[in-house]
Amino acid sequence: MSTRTETRTDVTSEATLLAAGAETLRNGFVLTGRNMRHVARIPGRITTGLVQPVMFVVLFAFVFGGSLGGEDYRRFLMAGIFAQSMVFNASFTTVGLANDLQKGIVERFRSLPMSPLAVILGRTTSDMVVGVATLVVTALCGLAVGWRVEGSAADAALAFLVLVLFGFAMSWVGATVGVFARTVEVAQSAGLIWLFPLSLISTAFVSAENMPTPLREFAAWNPVSAVATSVRDLLGNPTPATLPQPDTWSLQHPTLYAVLSSLAVLAVFMPLVLARYKRLTRG
Amino acid sequence: MPEHRAAPLRPALRATGLRKRFGDHQVLDGVDLEVAPGSVHALLGPNGAGKTTTVRIVCGLLRADEGRAEIAGHDVVAHSRAARGALGLSGQYAAVDEHLTGFENLHLLGRLYGMSRRRAAERAEELLDRFRLDDVAGRRAGLYSGGMRRRLDLAGALVARPQVVVLDEPTTGLDPRSRLDMWAVIEDLLLDGVAVLLTTQYLEEADRLADLITVIDRGVVIARGSAEELKERVQGATLALQVRDGAGLAHAARALGAVGLGEPWVDHRTGRASIATDRGPEVMAELLAHLARVEVELVDLGLHRSSLDDVFLALTGHGAETTTDGDPV
Ligand SMILES: Nc1ncnc2c1ncn2[C@@H]1O[C@H](COP(=O)(O)OP(=O)(O)OP(=O)(O)O)[C@@H](O)[C@H]1O
Ligand SMILES: [Mg+2]
Repeated sequence: MSTRTETRTDVTSEATLLAAGAETLRNGFVLTGRNMRHVARIPGRITTGLVQPVMFVVLFAFVFGGSLGGEDYRRFLMAGIFAQSMVFNASFTTVGLANDLQKGIVERFRSLPMSPLAVILGRTTSDMVVGVATLVVTALCGLAVGWRVEGSAADAALAFLVLVLFGFAMSWVGATVGVFARTVEVAQSAGLIWLFPLSLISTAFVSAENMPTPLREFAAWNPVSAVATSVRDLLGNPTPATLPQPDTWSLQHPTLYAVLSSLAVLAVFMPLVLARYKRLTRG
Repeated sequence: MPEHRAAPLRPALRATGLRKRFGDHQVLDGVDLEVAPGSVHALLGPNGAGKTTTVRIVCGLLRADEGRAEIAGHDVVAHSRAARGALGLSGQYAAVDEHLTGFENLHLLGRLYGMSRRRAAERAEELLDRFRLDDVAGRRAGLYSGGMRRRLDLAGALVARPQVVVLDEPTTGLDPRSRLDMWAVIEDLLLDGVAVLLTTQYLEEADRLADLITVIDRGVVIARGSAEELKERVQGATLALQVRDGAGLAHAARALGAVGLGEPWVDHRTGRASIATDRGPEVMAELLAHLARVEVELVDLGLHRSSLDDVFLALTGHGAETTTDGDPV
């Protein structure tokens, strides 16, 4: 009996790698289901998820919108809010993962013949589902304040995919913060600080024109700017002339740059999370 | 009962030369363990002896500084996946998902072990029945009592019918009935040829279940054998009595002193007295003859072989609360 299993672990043919990958995806999917139940059951979780996009739309549309150009600004603004929501969605990953790590359940997961990747994949995937729900709520709020999809349905679908991919990538950044935080308290405070500069030092809501040079450079190459610009272009929402955009390569090819930077973030953070998770759970 | 050590079966769980240091505290200093299929090996030791550390290393949850462990022939580090595939673990602290119901907890584990939805549901139902959790199957585990959580965690260890089951203090916090249930579950596992490693604070439990007992203290194995073998290491028996009227206690104690070894132990509050002896039951007749002369009326009289508790105290030489010198108390 043991001979059979030993052979199995020693042979690393493509077929077994593929089987292992399929198993990880399957377990990730099972854990996504588990996390979705948590979303439904943790008090206040759904409320936070719904209130946040409503708050963003109302605040930006009426607080900033008033001085930045009213109706025109609101059409411009929504793409920025979509991008920002995807950044903030990562906070759920950070807190969720830190929570699991602090509870005994992680010991149980570790005693299963399951890849550690499945645990984090389950987390980021369920947060992606939550992210999609956030986008829908945000869009509904947008429609209520006068924003419209002004491009083709195909372009709108592409915009949606860009946002989801970007949200997924941000979720892995959130996961990294979660596994480094050690406690839920740290995850909930220090672990969320990066969300603000990343989403605000961008062209999501304002022009980069009047920023000091280093911030302007950051904003030009910030994936958040590219995502917002890409979505804006794809949805056919115009950029008011009062908000000139930098003419860097990243913003001239915003969709390509948004996709590439999302993939780059995944390529860097996926192994980072995994290495840290394995280390944490080794002792 | 040395036959299990010469058993032809390859041990289902084996650990050799485990050493582990946390900072400058040597927690394990060369622990060896083997568990044969269809047998129970109990790990005993005072608090802080290193039982949980041993368990975590054996299950691949913690890396040893030295030594290795294998489960069902798979090294827990090099072939951790295969090893975990043969393992069911219930750690010292219940690892249940508080937001899921009892049923959902077990169903989730079944799914993660690769079962179909239906198979996982059937297995979850079976285990909930087995552990008398069927009444609360639909309630969130976060609302369970401590003992219910413990039982759910134990059920979780058995979801995939593992060949090796490791239980860290499985009956701590269980009421007497649940403890008996747990013992019955373990006895059933043995019939299926499962190898069980358990740690316990209850010597009665080790006495009842274990084929082999290992006593560790401060990270080293200080004794190993069957319960009978260990008891023989602490020679002799205890002769104990209780008098009806406290006035007779002094006479009774003198009579005990005349037939036993050393000084009798006397408790005036309860009217009990006892003494160590290396003699057989004939000592009781002799004692009764002494007592008849002074007309002391007895409520109780007994001759007990040393219990595992006596063995434990004799072997570790200090109470469970005593810690190593460097430890803050
Ligand atoms: N992660 C850790 N870091 C530092 N010290 C540790 C760690 N884990 C365990 N120890 C120490 O190792 C020693 C053995 O701990 P262990 O949990 O193995 O004891 P135990 O025999 O299971 O005790 P108990 O009966 O109380 O459960 C203790 O002194 C403990 O403080
Ligand atoms: Mg312990």
